Amino acid sequence: MSQSHADTIPVRVVAVEEVTPQIKHFTLQSLAGELPAFSGGSHIIVVMRGAQRVYRNPYSLMSSPNELENYQISVLRVDPSRGGSAFMHEQVRVGTELEIAHPVNLFGLAKLARKHLLLAGGIGITPFLAQLHDLRMSEVPYELHYATRSPQHGAYCQLISRLEPQRSRLYHDSNRHFIDIDGLLSQQPLGTHVYVCGPAGMITRVLDSARTLGWPDSHVHYERFAAPPTGAAFDVRLQKSGIDLHVLPDQSLLEAIEAAGVDAPYLCRGGVCGFCRAEVLSVDGELVHNDHFLSNDEKASGKSIMPCVSRARCSTLVLNL
Amino acid sequence: MNVALKMDQVYRGEYTFANSPAAIRRFPLPFPEDRYMYSVNIEPHVAGPKGSVIEFPIDCDEHYVEECRERAIVIQQDPLRIQALPHMMSAQWDTLELGMQSLSQSYPDQFTLTRAGRHWHWINRPLGLNQHFTFGDPASLPQPPLEYITRQLQGDWVIMDQRDNDLWVEGGMVTGPADWSMDFDMGMSFKEWHGPVPLGHEMGVFDRALKFLLNLRLNEPVRRYNWTMTVNPNLDSSPHNYPEWGPDRTSVTLENVARKLHLRTELQGLWRLPRSNGIVFMVRTYMLSVGDVASIPKWARRVHRVLRDLHPALVDYKGLTRHRPIAVAYLSQFDDGSPTTPGIAPE
Repeated sequence: MSQSHADTIPVRVVAVEEVTPQIKHFTLQSLAGELPAFSGGSHIIVVMRGAQRVYRNPYSLMSSPNELENYQISVLRVDPSRGGSAFMHEQVRVGTELEIAHPVNLFGLAKLARKHLLLAGGIGITPFLAQLHDLRMSEVPYELHYATRSPQHGAYCQLISRLEPQRSRLYHDSNRHFIDIDGLLSQQPLGTHVYVCGPAGMITRVLDSARTLGWPDSHVHYERFAAPPTGAAFDVRLQKSGIDLHVLPDQSLLEAIEAAGVDAPYLCRGGVCGFCRAEVLSVDGELVHNDHFLSNDEKASGKSIMPCVSRARCSTLVLNL
Repeated sequence: MNVALKMDQVYRGEYTFANSPAAIRRFPLPFPEDRYMYSVNIEPHVAGPKGSVIEFPIDCDEHYVEECRERAIVIQQDPLRIQALPHMMSAQWDTLELGMQSLSQSYPDQFTLTRAGRHWHWINRPLGLNQHFTFGDPASLPQPPLEYITRQLQGDWVIMDQRDNDLWVEGGMVTGPADWSMDFDMGMSFKEWHGPVPLGHEMGVFDRALKFLLNLRLNEPVRRYNWTMTVNPNLDSSPHNYPEWGPDRTSVTLENVARKLHLRTELQGLWRLPRSNGIVFMVRTYMLSVGDVASIPKWARRVHRVLRDLHPALVDYKGLTRHRPIAVAYLSQFDDGSPTTPGIAPE
């Protein structure tokens, strides 16, 4: 039941806009007709063929699900970049051709929610921009809280203020103005679903607060798009394929497996969905689990690893791939 | 379709349903080997051989008009066969799009879809339909979108919402089920829905299938086959009208088994839906009389062996207890013990 990802869509960049010094906004058009329909909260994987390496980074679709003439994404330049965001910022311009995978939604709106509470931090606003198109057409109440470092860093503050003057609130760290997470979560009507997308610390605070206040897990949704952590280089043996490979310090294990020509499964590339789970046969060192999928017991057992974000501190890791 | 559409056969009363020689040979035999047990037999729903039931994503065969007519009769008698919860409206439109795109691309001589933004124009020549409508506006169609499109598709169709790491049966058009009920199953989770199936739960089949389906991707549909047997070509073997078909189960004899008893294959397809992020589940039923099975020597040997050696729990669950011995006795005369070639092709 393995799934291949050969089936990408060729696209051309038709507009690039520098929204802030760190964030660029890209408009992508299909080279093969209309783009596939999607639901708000979906991401795509953008395949970037660099000179040395192929990068596959997930980016949330921020355009309207009802407009399929193009897709829009925003890319935060991560510093130091592992390569993907730098590639998008430096190499990609109007006319550049890229490949994207079909949209996947791991952060969809709950259709039975009585109210939606959206919490965005920084670039984490992007999935909500697409969802707002759906929410505006529904009769379910919602509110958006959007925090940025400063008004200058708030890529889409003006857009949000214009689109949602009544149902949004902006916060800027520079004004010492923060989202009162406990306060918000403690006064929501029964049946509310909360969604958070932003920096890891913000997600953790929301999850902790929700748990403390007794929110059911099924009503708490989050999306992390952390870049795979870097680390020391190590060697890997893929037992089934009979392939030996080397993982560079700024390369993820999954990227190294792909570079070796093995079509490994993945969905989120962020350590959340569990789709890329690989069986560890042996390791002469320790596994460095960076995912949010495996339980602590599973991590301690050392039998599985999520190659999209996790790596090993060892000389050789042997996987059943 | 390069086949002649049959127009007059019925799935009730006189049961005049029958397969042409070409339809017999393209029947999807559900047994790739001489024995059968459950497995997570899911595979990518990619194009199969020309002329086969999997040549196109949604197969349209010689029974198309008759099966659509049968569906209309069932709904008229029992409107609860088509249902959808209010939050499934976007999944209804997704399903309509899938059906119209698939049919018009696979059978351009029979079906035409023209789209200009949200203004769509649909022509269904076999059923004589010509409809302009606005995609997303239910008022622009004579029926809600799921009902409109599934009245023009063969097979049963269920739409599922995905939430809480589960799939929920929250809409569907089910007029030809092998003894299950949309009305009864509405609102169930994936495992509740499959609750009556024996052995599978213990084998972990449903855990694995659910996990797989939760990650089903757009543009990468999957399929599997299931099967049972039905007395008479009675497409609507539903619990709702058991009094009508249940007694037939005692009517099978060695003399009539060849024409009365039917092997019933379900080609099940699953697609991720784009706008709703739900999943649509197609259960497309093909029926072949035991006599027609016996007309293909390899199939006669194989079906004989599968039925003879079937696990007792499956015999009961599939409702075969009464007539399996008769079918085995009948088919045994065609089984000389010689091996069968792998795969389902007639040879």
